[in-house]
Amino acid sequence: MALTRREFIKLTGMGLAASSLGVMGFGASGVAQAAAVRPFKLTHATETRNTCTYCSVACGILIYSMGDKAKNARSNIIHIEGDPDHPVNRGTLCPKGSALLDIVHAPTRLKAPRYREPGGTEFREVTWDFALDRIARLMKDDRDKHFIATNAAGTTVNRWTSTGMLAASASSSETAYLTWKVARSLGMVVFDNQARV
Amino acid sequence: MSDMQSQDYVRRSASTMTPPSARNVEDQVAKLIDVSRCIGCKACQAACMEWNNLRPEIGHFEGSYENPNDLGPSVWTLMKFNEYENEQGNLEWLIRKDGCMHCEDPGCLKACPAPGAIVQYANGIVDFISDKCIGCGYCVKGCPFNIPRISKTDHKSYKCTLCSDRVTVGLEPACVKACPTGAIMFGAKTDMQHQAAERIVDLKARGFAHAGLYDPPEVQGTHVMYVLHHADKPSLYSGLPDKPHISTLVQAWKGLYKPLAVAAVALAAIGAFFHWITIGPNETTEEDEAEARREMRETEEEQAP
Repeated sequence: MALTRREFIKLTGMGLAASSLGVMGFGASGVAQAAAVRPFKLTHATETRNTCTYCSVACGILIYSMGDKAKNARSNIIHIEGDPDHPVNRGTLCPKGSALLDIVHAPTRLKAPRYREPGGTEFREVTWDFALDRIARLMKDDRDKHFIATNAAGTTVNRWTSTGMLAASASSSETAYLTWKVARSLGMVVFDNQARV
Repeated sequence: MSDMQSQDYVRRSASTMTPPSARNVEDQVAKLIDVSRCIGCKACQAACMEWNNLRPEIGHFEGSYENPNDLGPSVWTLMKFNEYENEQGNLEWLIRKDGCMHCEDPGCLKACPAPGAIVQYANGIVDFISDKCIGCGYCVKGCPFNIPRISKTDHKSYKCTLCSDRVTVGLEPACVKACPTGAIMFGAKTDMQHQAAERIVDLKARGFAHAGLYDPPEVQGTHVMYVLHHADKPSLYSGLPDKPHISTLVQAWKGLYKPLAVAAVALAAIGAFFHWITIGPNETTEEDEAEARREMRETEEEQAP
């Protein structure tokens, strides 16, 4: 490295100034912070209430995501813990619930409906529109074919016994009420939820 | 910047300076682990890893419910399982959440030679300040409970912090919050002692005559306490020491030898000073020099035949 005399003097001067600042106490803030406890990581995280994805107990969870929802920031979930205000778990979680963060970020996590046509060998990713349309079509066809309006005695029964529904268990009372209404208004009698699993 | 400053310290490793501990109105905190209510689900273990961003390498099954097999630089709490056949011939599954006990008289802090690498806050939490850790491993030797582990990647010592980052902002530790059976509780140490006392009465009424609180006086009490159904035999719980003690080597070295060594160094300095005052430096005269030259000449002549 070639240095002129002027550059050499400049450099040494800068070095001297920097080290004197350090001696006077400037620049020590980083050291002081490192010496103290780990900074609380959720100070400005966005808190979102949700329900645990796992079992039928349906524990309330708090999802903390990085960023304050500013337009140019992309949120990312950084921490999940129990919701103390939720009557089911009052802040606690089981080991699976406590490890939810790794489910969210799992590379194998299912994020879109997948479809394997009759006779097909491979699953392929499809749109929600495709999946919902197809489910509706098949339900309608089956209901039209197998719907039982009256029994042998001629009494109106409006039963649809050839299709069943397995609903989620991690639902609020309102969601459960609506699910019930939808299933029963179709005449569906085979109806259960994941709480039995 | 964090809230913890030197004013919050009550003890500091390898320091002659006594921390000012100006904030002495702070409540002493404690974690109470009611072993009799623990179902061994390991929610605390998962919550600890999640909060502290620790992901130890996935190991192998070794025939035990313990997973992983031991505490480590990334495993700060671990459920330990012991199958115990009691006097009646019945099997008791004794499950204990292992981790740092946050002793009131911390052996790790006593043994630590790096100034400020181990500190105790006014609330009782013993914390490792990794920035100042030199990775010597003396804390491992000093710990009566065999807790700290040295990382092979950065050669620094790690253990449970009692979630000092959560406690500082007024939250309970992550393991405490997660526990589904309420076997882990957190609060002021006196509150936890009261809580334990009630539970012990309950346990005694249910036939556990030796139920009791594990808050060993040998280390002046701990900030992580256990309610045990067999408080007379803590070693049943996967080697919880019956009488934990800081290694005599560490105690002698830091307690007895340290002042002795200081005294020896001081004595040597004082001795040298008085020697210099009374006898003075070693001076030579012209006659001494002449004598030395004559002797040298004589030996040279003797050697040369």
